[in-house]
Amino acid sequence: MRTIFFIPLALFLFFAGLAGYMLTQEKDQTVASAMIDKSLPEFNLEPAYDGLPGASRRDFIGGEPKLLNVWASWCLPCIAEAPQLETLKERGVEIIGIAIRDKPEDVANFLARHGNPYTRIGADDISALQIEIGAAGVPETFVIDGDGNIRYQHIGDIRENDVPKLLQILEDVR
Amino acid sequence: MRWLIAFLFAMQAIPALAQDALPPAPYAYKQLDDPALEAKATALMETLRCLRCQSQSINDSDAPMAGDMRHQVRSRILAGEDPEDVRVWLIERYGDYVSYQPEVSSTTWPLFAVPIALILLALLVLFGRLGRRHKNGDA
Repeated sequence: MRTIFFIPLALFLFFAGLAGYMLTQEKDQTVASAMIDKSLPEFNLEPAYDGLPGASRRDFIGGEPKLLNVWASWCLPCIAEAPQLETLKERGVEIIGIAIRDKPEDVANFLARHGNPYTRIGADDISALQIEIGAAGVPETFVIDGDGNIRYQHIGDIRENDVPKLLQILEDVR
Repeated sequence: MRWLIAFLFAMQAIPALAQDALPPAPYAYKQLDDPALEAKATALMETLRCLRCQSQSINDSDAPMAGDMRHQVRSRILAGEDPEDVRVWLIERYGDYVSYQPEVSSTTWPLFAVPIALILLALLVLFGRLGRRHKNGDA
C-alpha cells in the first residue's frame, strides 16, 4: 500500500482530534473593545438618580486618571465588585459610574445596599455610551487618562487580585 | 380557599432579578417609516453579531443590548448614513467580530487563498495525469 492513501485518513484523524480537543477547552466569550488608546467619545448623560450629578466627557479631562465603571443595579457581578470599587475609592481613585438601562430608585437602592464608590453616575438608558466605547456587557471598567483617552479595559467584575493591577495602570498612565 | 389564593400568588411570575426594567430604545422594535430605509437597516442588522448572544444577529436577538444596537443602526440610517459606514462604526468599537460579513484582511486572507490554491493544485494534477495518459496512447 502506498502511504499516500493514508493522507486523507490522517487528515480526518487530525481534524477529529482537534474538534475533540476544542470541545474540552473553555470558550472565551469576551469581546474586547477596539477603543483602547482612542479618545473617549463626546457624551453628556443625565444623573442616574438625584443623589449624584450626571457624567460627561468633560468630567474626565484634567487631573488624575479616572475609572469609568459601566454597571447596572440589575447586574449580579456588579454586587460582587462593589467592595473592590470601595477599596479603589479609599486609595484615592475617582470612579465615575455609567448606569445601563436603570431606574433612579433601583440605582438608589443598590447604592444604599452595596455602598457608593462613585463621584458621578450618568444614566445610559439605551446603552448608547456603552456601544460608543465598545463595552459588550456589564460590568466593565475603563481607565481614562487626564487627556480623555481610553487606556485600559477590564471586562467583568473586578476581583480582589485585579485591584493592584488597576492601581498600577492608573499610576502608569498619569 | 386560602391555599388556592396562596397558590395563585405563588404562580404569579414576579421576576426577582429582571435583566432590566426600562422600556426598549425607541427603534429597538419599531421599524423605520420609510420601507426602503428599513430594508437597508434590516439587511445590515442581519449581518451584525449580537454581543450577548453570540451566535445570533442583532436582528434575531431579543437581548436588551441587541435592541439598543438596532436602535443605533436604525437611527443612524434614518439620519442618512450609509449602512457600510454604520458597520465600520461598529467595527471600530468591537473589532471585526461584530460583523458577520466576510472581509479579506491580514488574518482572514488564507480562508480565501487556500481554496483557490487547492483548485489550482487539483487542476495541475489532473492535467498532469491526463497529459501522461495521452502520451501513453491511452493504455
